[in-house]
Amino acid sequence: MIEIRFHGRGGQGSVTCAELLALAAIGEGKYAQAFPSFGPERRGAPVVAFCRISDQPIRIRANIYEPDIVVVLDPTLLKIVNVAAGLKPNGMVVTTSKDSPEVVKEALGINNRVAVVDAIKIAMEVLGVPITNTSMLGSLTRASNLVRKESFIPPLKERFGRIAEKNMAAFERAYQETVLIQ
Amino acid sequence: MGKRVGMEVSIAAAEAVKQANVDVISAYPITPQTHVVEHLSELVANGELDAEFFCVESEHSALSVCVGSEATGARSFTCTSSQGLALMSEITYIASALRLPIVMIIANRALSAPISIWNDHSDVMSIRDCGWIQFFAENGQDVYDHVFIAYRLAEDRNVLLPAIINMDGFTLSHVIEPIEFIEQEKIDRFLPPYQPVHRLHPDRPVSMGGIALPPIFTETKKAHEVALQGSMPKILETWKAFGDMTGRYYQPVETYKAEDAETIMVIMGSFGETASAAVDLMREEGRSVGLAKIRLWRPFPFEAFKQATLHAKQLVVIDRAISIGGPGGPVASEVKAALYGEPIRPVVYNFVAGLGGRDVSPSDFIKMVDKAEIEIEEGNREGYEIYGVRE
Repeated sequence: MIEIRFHGRGGQGSVTCAELLALAAIGEGKYAQAFPSFGPERRGAPVVAFCRISDQPIRIRANIYEPDIVVVLDPTLLKIVNVAAGLKPNGMVVTTSKDSPEVVKEALGINNRVAVVDAIKIAMEVLGVPITNTSMLGSLTRASNLVRKESFIPPLKERFGRIAEKNMAAFERAYQETVLIQ
Repeated sequence: MGKRVGMEVSIAAAEAVKQANVDVISAYPITPQTHVVEHLSELVANGELDAEFFCVESEHSALSVCVGSEATGARSFTCTSSQGLALMSEITYIASALRLPIVMIIANRALSAPISIWNDHSDVMSIRDCGWIQFFAENGQDVYDHVFIAYRLAEDRNVLLPAIINMDGFTLSHVIEPIEFIEQEKIDRFLPPYQPVHRLHPDRPVSMGGIALPPIFTETKKAHEVALQGSMPKILETWKAFGDMTGRYYQPVETYKAEDAETIMVIMGSFGETASAAVDLMREEGRSVGLAKIRLWRPFPFEAFKQATLHAKQLVVIDRAISIGGPGGPVASEVKAALYGEPIRPVVYNFVAGLGGRDVSPSDFIKMVDKAEIEIEEGNREGYEIYGVRE
């Protein structure tokens, strides 16, 4: 079982990010679960969402404390939230940042793999809004191979309708521009 | 086999209500029930479900509408949570005493004060004695499946009682997970149109819910008690028929590695899966621990419960509600009552955990079993505590 924790700000689509990942995995015949850290929704406030993916039925209905992967949807969170809290020794951080993965890795003070993409820039250029969820899914997919790229097409179409094409473009560009270091 | 779809559990529940072909939906919005009735209102507005959707001004009215519509023979549905259920509670007793087979999903949530939108079982425990059949769901598939099970059972001429499906708020209601859908033709065979025995009709007047003077009131309560207790064979029969159709067989008390266990955890609702993962972790360490999950809360399955647990040395009952000033949690009370007449019975240690959305992880279940085993070893045979209190 792979456990993924998403850190974002209210309104950036962290919950949608977790949900789309679960839907893509379920579409491949895997088992998956996605849920928000249930609370009053506040735009701009730090929020967390969770996703589990497994080849076996998933039985745990509790928050994720020791994630395999942490995905960060907003660069400012790297300084104010301990996003790597509980991260497994062989785990990975996938984040949006203007900085290089080396700089992010040092700033976080971790020995884990780090993948970086400037998702804010991509989202602004492709979508026209700083909503990074689909870009970060592209980055996560490049860095992790958790699910196949094409498995995102049905859930993205279903969720975004007429703006699905743009979101798929943001996904693809982030997929291409992601830089991963060990 | 039906189609397997990734979906939020609340949406799957609403889709089940659509597939059950209800005639009337009446509801008032309250978190975390909202997504169920939002989706149903969309289905009705889009013409995908031919039903009347009543937007009422309160939960008291939501169930009152269902009482009226069900009395005319219309298959009726409502859904609520927490304060909404509290406001509705007066009518819950009326619906069951009038023997109206309404089905209600409760997205379980704590009761105020202080305000909490998060999950526990306080809401449904406040209407424990309302005379409805009451199920607890462990996962999204259970919720979906039990919509059909509940209607078929409730409308059976030998039952005619309303039924509640308890779906843990957020912990189940807001989770996306795979749900296996059942083909509509199968559902139509499993759940044929409702044929009421008596119904309100202008051409054939009947009176429902009249006054009962002291010489008859006790007899009506006896009749209700006999009906609810007597529904057990039908519940088992309905689950069997559902299992034969889908391969998913449900039981009043389901166990996990409990057959040879010295210590058995006892839970209800969505605690079940997490606790089973904790059992595996403890078994890996060679510990003799199992799990009993109470799926059927009313009528309480005394015989099935004893069969599942009497051989254990100790039961660790983990309640998700508190009976303030009472003997502990409501499940532990029932468990103790079930075992009292037995000459040799396990010791019962009771925790109240997960109130108001407090997260309960596999390691929490292990800590509770650890604590209970130590306390019992030290001679504390009537233990009761609230788990994880920050002091």
